[in-house]
Amino acid sequence: MAVTVSIPTILRTHTGGEKSVQAAGSTVLEVIEDLEAKHGGLKERLVKDEKLHRFVNVYVNDEDVRFAGGLEASVADGDNLTILPAVAGGMR
Amino acid sequence: MARYDSLLDALGDTPLIGLPNLSPAEGVRLWAKLEDRNPTGSIKDRPALKMIEDAEAEGRLRPGSTILEPTSGNTGISLAMAAKLKGYGLVCVMPENTSDERRQLLQAYGARIVFSPAAGGSNQAVAQAKELAKLNPDWVMLYQYGNPSNIAAHYTGTGPEILRDLPSVTHFVAGLGTTGTLVGVGRYLREQKPDVQIIAAEPRYGELVYGLRNLDEGFVPELYDEEVLTGRYSVGSYDALRRTRQLLETEGIFAGISTGAIVHAALAAADKSVRAGKEADVVFIVADAGWKYLSTGAYSGTLDEAAQRLDGQLWA
Repeated sequence: MAVTVSIPTILRTHTGGEKSVQAAGSTVLEVIEDLEAKHGGLKERLVKDEKLHRFVNVYVNDEDVRFAGGLEASVADGDNLTILPAVAGGMR
Repeated sequence: MARYDSLLDALGDTPLIGLPNLSPAEGVRLWAKLEDRNPTGSIKDRPALKMIEDAEAEGRLRPGSTILEPTSGNTGISLAMAAKLKGYGLVCVMPENTSDERRQLLQAYGARIVFSPAAGGSNQAVAQAKELAKLNPDWVMLYQYGNPSNIAAHYTGTGPEILRDLPSVTHFVAGLGTTGTLVGVGRYLREQKPDVQIIAAEPRYGELVYGLRNLDEGFVPELYDEEVLTGRYSVGSYDALRRTRQLLETEGIFAGISTGAIVHAALAAADKSVRAGKEADVVFIVADAGWKYLSTGAYSGTLDEAAQRLDGQLWA
């Protein structure tokens, strides 16, 4: 199961500057484990106490995984997984 | 009755408009709540006026007080109008990469603007406003990201209006900024209809805006309550623009760009109902009209060109 993962600027030190990398897995956690195997150090930036870091948002095809099972959310072949830091967004 | 004693009294009770052309199926209907029909033309009039009224009642705001607020525009414009009518000063801390119209409107109402750097977006505006508050202890920061009056405005206003006008509502979709609209309306509707879906549309900006030095500098508004939400979509500028134009083309509604992001999430939710063979009444928020974004080029040229022009701007 290959998915395309978008890496935010702040984490590209782990991917040699790559904006977008390929990874495999059928859940978000499996994708993160695979990322860790290929780009060491990423997992501890994303996961804390077996949950997503408070200031990290992960989206599968633009849907926030926190509302789809969190780290156990399923991922299908060809999906896009986007990692973004939490910032103040939206209409204010 | 459509007669009011002053502009401030004309707040709320906005129209809920059926969208026969945009709705994906006969049993899955979309409805737009036109929040641009508020005194200064955005949904932010609701929290802004409520925050001021509550601060007055608590004695925090007194005649001649100066209000301080981090705002990318609409809340500032609402506060500026109310401050003008009520005799307060207003200082807005605003990222420099917001549209020129917002700036001009704030200045027309007599607000003072302190610009925060484009890099860092609203995070930086919030941090800078907190610094200014420390340096000027006599200023009153209403702080929309953490002020319960923001939620209360929607819990007592927007939410009950929706249920009154559409008792069959199944989904509510709005933009995620301070989170006040979603949390306030969401809590009210959930109490009345436990199965209601509450869905957030969050703008996804160009990379500049996410230029934090480390993840611990991230920001989640104090008002945010994840328990209220059932879904959350991240919507990029291309999709937001595409849907903004689609809303105008199909239903004649000239909305701002953040509404396009909300429409995108509303259509995704509606599509899920269609695929599940379920009936649905999906209400979404039109946060403001498009006037303030004309200078961004959002409504002319190709979508790619327009998305390019928006890159690096805070469009919502």
